[in-house]
Amino acid sequence: MMRLPKFEYHAPRKIADAVKLMAEAGREGQFVAGGTDLYPNMKRRQQTPKVVIGLHRIAALKKITGSASTTGVSVGAGVTLTELIENRTIQKYYPVIAQAARLISTPILQNMGTLGGNLLLDTRCNYYDQNYEWRKGVHFCLKKDGDTCWVAPGSKICWAVQSADEVPVLIALGVRVKLVSPGRERVIPIAQLYSRFDGIHYLTKQHDELLTEILLPPANGWRASYAKLRRRGAFDFPVLGVAACVWFEDDHATVRDAKLILGAIAPHPLEATEAQKLLIGRPLDENAIRAAAAAAHAVAKPLDNTDFLMYWRKQMVRPYVEQALNELRNPK
Amino acid sequence: MIPSAVAEIAGFCMQVTRTRDPPKSGRITATKPYPVHLMKNGSSKHLEVVGKPFRKVDASAKVTGQTKFADDIVLPRMLYCKILRSHVPHALIRKIDTSKAVAMPGVVAVITGKSLPIPYGILPVSQDEHALCLDKVRMIGDPVAAVAAIDEDAAFEAMNAIEVEYDPLPVISSIQDALRSPGSAHMDDNPSRTGGPQLAGENKEAWRIHGYGDHGNVHKMVALEFGDVEEGFKQADLIREDVFFYEGNTHLPMEQHAAVAQVDGDGKLCLWSSTQTPHYVHRALAKVLEMPASRIRVIATPNGGGFGGKSDPFPHEMIVSKLALLTGRPVKVTLTREEVFYCHRGRHPVLMWVKTGAKKDGAITAMHFRSFLDGGAYGSYGVASTYYTGALQTVTYKIPNYKFEGVRVFTNKPPCGPKRGHGTPQPRYALEVHLDKIAEQLRLDPVAIRKNHLVEPYSLTSNYLRVGSMGLAACIDKVVTASDFKNKFRNLPYGKGIGLACASYLSGAGLPIYWNHMPHSGVQLRLDRQGGVCVMCGSIDIGQGSDSVLAYIIAEVLGIDPFDIRVLTADTDLTPVDLGSYSSRVTLMTGNAALEAAERARDLLIRAVSEKMNIPATRLSLSGGRLFDVENPETSISFAEAVQIAEARFGTIGTVGSYTPPPSAGKYKGAGVGPSPAYSYDAAVAEVEVDPRTGIVRVERIWIAHDIGRAINPALTLGQVEGSVYMGLGEALMEEMSYRTNRNVVHKFPSLLEYKSPTTLEMCDVKTFLIEDPDPNGPFGAKEVGQGPLLPVPPAIANAVYDAVQVRIDEVPITPDKVLSAIQKRDEKQEDEGESANGGGTGITRGVEEPHRYGPKSVPEVDWPEPVRVKPPWDGGTGKEILREAVHARE
Repeated sequence: MMRLPKFEYHAPRKIADAVKLMAEAGREGQFVAGGTDLYPNMKRRQQTPKVVIGLHRIAALKKITGSASTTGVSVGAGVTLTELIENRTIQKYYPVIAQAARLISTPILQNMGTLGGNLLLDTRCNYYDQNYEWRKGVHFCLKKDGDTCWVAPGSKICWAVQSADEVPVLIALGVRVKLVSPGRERVIPIAQLYSRFDGIHYLTKQHDELLTEILLPPANGWRASYAKLRRRGAFDFPVLGVAACVWFEDDHATVRDAKLILGAIAPHPLEATEAQKLLIGRPLDENAIRAAAAAAHAVAKPLDNTDFLMYWRKQMVRPYVEQALNELRNPK
Repeated sequence: MIPSAVAEIAGFCMQVTRTRDPPKSGRITATKPYPVHLMKNGSSKHLEVVGKPFRKVDASAKVTGQTKFADDIVLPRMLYCKILRSHVPHALIRKIDTSKAVAMPGVVAVITGKSLPIPYGILPVSQDEHALCLDKVRMIGDPVAAVAAIDEDAAFEAMNAIEVEYDPLPVISSIQDALRSPGSAHMDDNPSRTGGPQLAGENKEAWRIHGYGDHGNVHKMVALEFGDVEEGFKQADLIREDVFFYEGNTHLPMEQHAAVAQVDGDGKLCLWSSTQTPHYVHRALAKVLEMPASRIRVIATPNGGGFGGKSDPFPHEMIVSKLALLTGRPVKVTLTREEVFYCHRGRHPVLMWVKTGAKKDGAITAMHFRSFLDGGAYGSYGVASTYYTGALQTVTYKIPNYKFEGVRVFTNKPPCGPKRGHGTPQPRYALEVHLDKIAEQLRLDPVAIRKNHLVEPYSLTSNYLRVGSMGLAACIDKVVTASDFKNKFRNLPYGKGIGLACASYLSGAGLPIYWNHMPHSGVQLRLDRQGGVCVMCGSIDIGQGSDSVLAYIIAEVLGIDPFDIRVLTADTDLTPVDLGSYSSRVTLMTGNAALEAAERARDLLIRAVSEKMNIPATRLSLSGGRLFDVENPETSISFAEAVQIAEARFGTIGTVGSYTPPPSAGKYKGAGVGPSPAYSYDAAVAEVEVDPRTGIVRVERIWIAHDIGRAINPALTLGQVEGSVYMGLGEALMEEMSYRTNRNVVHKFPSLLEYKSPTTLEMCDVKTFLIEDPDPNGPFGAKEVGQGPLLPVPPAIANAVYDAVQVRIDEVPITPDKVLSAIQKRDEKQEDEGESANGGGTGITRGVEEPHRYGPKSVPEVDWPEPVRVKPPWDGGTGKEILREAVHARE
């Protein structure tokens, strides 16, 4: 079997202690929550931190508090996906978040994986998510140990794919996240958490910052949906994720605002801004949906580094955007 | 899953079709009297175990986690082994420096190819593998050095400290490249065909992956002709040609290969290994280690899945054995999932061309079949695989004139070999889709075109395969009726479709892998005076239930509880030779050997008791753990008492049984592949839903009928059928051993996550029917079930996809991009031509215009050898080839 490299392990009980440990460890340190992403990567030597700081004992990261109707709800970054799926408030007021969580991997991994872990998931690529020996066979890649991006050999940047299901959903909803480092706290819109640069520097989070809370907006005035494309109905990462959120005018028919976020198709979540514009100020009818889907299709430029052929994945943007938006049409 | 599985079995009795009539006599006389469950003393016995859904004898251990697989073995002072594998696809090894590794803490031994210089291979004609590459690597994953260390971490670190320098060689990554590579006859003889890779002058040998084979990178070419196909085509009303491609895929057993080697105090070597063929591993070890076989013991541990992927002797088995001999300590190796992908030996990618002549009623007048196999870097079973792509076309529908040409090439990829169905799912897919097209062109019902031209039971085919019981007509009837095929076919709404396909498979290869006249399976039986029964056999249970089959058959004959029998298998020191769990041979061959041993033991008991109690032997019977007088049932003794009487009379009670298949009817060169004591038959109907906007195919349900001869255990049989359907579904829809040919031929994704195989969520409903038409060659009439039911699944799905969206996908797997691409091309063409007269319907005019398709357009040009010509049996043929005119006089 593949073995983990040797590392020093800490399991602090307080956020303050965790960030202090990280500050001490510096670049050699890495936080771990459920470990469903980090540990396999470590076995394949994609990441080899010398110091691993476990977060599962920090009770403060495991809370779900607040009110869905007034202040909004705060979800601790260490809440597991299973807890999220089973939480009554989330089920009732933010069903799209529970739905996306259910689509992540398998129930066994949902028991370990956390919401925070999903949001910070390492970008994925068929040239990167391989063991050391395999990567040696292609002389390694830009993201780890090499200097060529084999997806686009002329490219100076890495094209590994943002592959977390909750990312497009929470961006569409406009949630904010809290980041804590020694002596500093900041709250930013989640969209700002993701760098637009490349698949290596995919986060704007500083290395010593810990994602502690996800702050959901009050749950009224909008409807949201998520459509996920993958080979199999279990287990697989998305090769396209479409999150849609629509705010309606008081007439419950005219779209006041819309967010359409494509995941798993680029190194960062992709906001389909032209498509969003086509939805605003008119009812969410078949024509509007078709026009938005066409506009979204135009901005998606997948490359050959996930499952399925890239041409086919691009073509799937249209039906999957339509599917996500159709779910938001007023059932009456 | 569990409730539905239970429901399937509970519903089983109603679904089984039992044909109790004895077989009709055919042209070929059965070699063994029927029925075999007639007792030798003339009385017949009501079956008490055979045909009943007993649990497996090893089930409790499996479900409670107590089964000891190879990786569960831990011995005192055991070392761990890691194998350094090549990261380049084709290169000469310039230098291996192990000095750093040797010096590392915890490292006990490091070896390279020099320690194991003798080549081996599963087939005598392909001894082309080395435990560790000597001077050349032929694929990424080829083993080059190995470490034994005190723990796995130390072994891993040391493995990475070994330095290897390679001199790269040109890389061959496709069938086309291999056929055209410099040094191949097709390049030399035809300089005009220079589409192949460019060569820098002199060094032609650099392109050759192996120094043996037919020429260049052509491993093997075969050509056989039975009857006269040109004459047959002249008689045809329709001649159709098609080209198909079946992508390679792998076995994906849950258990990775593992092995432990230990040297006893007296210098004898013992190897525990997860292998399907302990006997062949035993032979290979003796050869490679240069040790007498008598000093080597191979114990096959229970396999956590095999499917053909553990049928070759493997480098890691030789390596740990050598390391144990060198260090004097036990050595274990457990392969990683990536390494299992590199071991491979899975389904060959096969490009196929088929040309068939048919009469108006669908009767085939001639068939010409060509296959091109991408063999990967080594021979493995490849020569047999090549013949298999042309062998079993003839056992389902009558083909009076048949020609087969096949070529296997070497490429710098993991070697292909036998996977469930070995070499036959690819041509079966081609044949069944091809037949569907012929039926449509002739405006015939796909059911009728098949059913009206079936091979007769108990007959010889044009290529001299001896067909015994043949329940395909009953199979077709079952699935056609149950699925309401006739009403649904071509009548379902656009996007929904239904398709039919049939198939056949061997119940064991008629010939052994190495030439000999000895039995293929041996069983030893020992009866204890306290009533215990121990059965010993070299067969290995790979999950299919072969241990249980031994127990059931012996329990049936001796009238005892199968769970009272000690089953001891797959240990070359303790058990007689069985050739292994491959070619669906175990139930038939081991079963017959067990039957013989049990009948001999029963006869001893009856003779002794008859003498002692003064009751005629013909009146004695064994049942319910007792031996009793059938005319006086209250007169009985326990089984243990019967053994005591027999032991007092004859001494220790031990019997043996063995099985040798009947001789093949074919005597021509190449006749060794295809013959079997019995052929199983299958018919399957698939119902699918295709989303025309995405091309995604969902298989809703498969009805499958399997002609098993007789089910020794119907519950295990259902398990094998459903497992085969599941595996076939994966091959049909998603599984691909694909490589990045422009990136050093790396395997695209050697992992369980990214090599896409269906999960339970993708599994369709399966309705299984068993057709029981006992075959005189099988124990109690039993034929195989482990492999055959996979075969009709891919073509049934392909035919159903066509019924759903009217495009042909002539390439497996049938992925959504292929379906969508074919649909889009068709729709574009229809738009170009304007709305069709039928009001914009989605259908094409059938029988006039060829439907749109996705698939290969042509096959490479190859200079085929002169075929071996054989006259069919009905033409006065003897099974021997027609002698060619002597060109050179004999000296």
